[in-house]
Amino acid sequence: MSDIQHDTKTSIKMQPNLDRRDFLSKSSIGLAGLTIAPGLMLFDMAHGKAPGDEVSNKVRWGMLIDNNQCESGCNDCVTACNTENGLATPTKPTDAQWIRKVQLKDNLTHKVSSLPMMCQHCEHPPCVDVCPTQASFKRADGIVLVDKHICIGCRYCVMACPYQARSFVHEVLTDQKTEVPRGKGTVESCTLCVHRIDKGETTACAEACSKAGHNAILFGDLNDPESAISKRIRSVTSTQIRSDLGLNTGVRYEGI
Amino acid sequence: MKMGIRLTAVILSLLVSTALFAADKPQSPRLDIGKGGQCVEDPKLMRKIHMDRLKHQRDETMHKGIRGQKHSLADCVECHASTKTNSVLGSNEAFCQGCHTYAAVKLDCFECHTSKRKVTAEARK
Repeated sequence: MSDIQHDTKTSIKMQPNLDRRDFLSKSSIGLAGLTIAPGLMLFDMAHGKAPGDEVSNKVRWGMLIDNNQCESGCNDCVTACNTENGLATPTKPTDAQWIRKVQLKDNLTHKVSSLPMMCQHCEHPPCVDVCPTQASFKRADGIVLVDKHICIGCRYCVMACPYQARSFVHEVLTDQKTEVPRGKGTVESCTLCVHRIDKGETTACAEACSKAGHNAILFGDLNDPESAISKRIRSVTSTQIRSDLGLNTGVRYEGI
Repeated sequence: MKMGIRLTAVILSLLVSTALFAADKPQSPRLDIGKGGQCVEDPKLMRKIHMDRLKHQRDETMHKGIRGQKHSLADCVECHASTKTNSVLGSNEAFCQGCHTYAAVKLDCFECHTSKRKVTAEARK
């Protein structure tokens, strides 16, 4: 009887040690699988998110647009956006437009430049404030979107946006893209190519701009101090359009 | 005894008439299903709950950015679009339209979403 008791005691005593050893060996295997180099985890390569994961506020997507690099006659970002999202080239003032080129002219020096203007993905978006159905919302990673399932098409957000970034779809649409559902009676705007970002890719406009050799649009994570965009906004002067409104836009401009 | 025979006759005639009536009922729609059989759930269950699954999935994807889950509308279309037209709409044989016409339920999804299968890279070439 005493022998048995002794045995049980030993086994109980041994158990925590075994568990600990087991835990340590398993976790080290797990860590080795996820870590490629110190500070660089596997998931970092896909912008810190696996496809099945929820987006988190650890990242904040943004863009830096260099006005000095942006070519006046070039419309590649607009064309790329239209192709990517299945938008037709606008022919009427009421046609949907997610990104547009804006001409700037300095009246004193007569310098003419241009810049792309789109949804600025504000931290405090006025479109979200005014939406009566909460269809206009900001995703955890800073992307401002319209949930068209609950949009009633009231167009308050179109009025509230200081950047005139939103469009209303007036007519029945056909042949939408699989990743970009769009339809009559709802408001829409630049989604920061959310379907591409979730796959770990960059936006269509940034891609087209670098393909054209201008490299005027830099896309990245504003929350990551090591990202190219964070390093750049630390080293050069950049500004937010209508910064007086205190919206803290995710899209910044350089050289205006 | 007579009573018993009468009762049996009545029951039999009732059974026969219900069988005949059932045969008169319109048949369930014949669908052109791109890929038949069990897909993500049991077909009987999917007939009942596909709208709930789709709605759940749409909120997860839209608001939380969760992608690649099994109950997505895009995947429905990808598997079940007609092999002839590449679409789940367009005729009463089409996967979505066929059943929704039969059940007289309005189908809103495809006012915004595409009803066509995403053209594969090979097909584009």
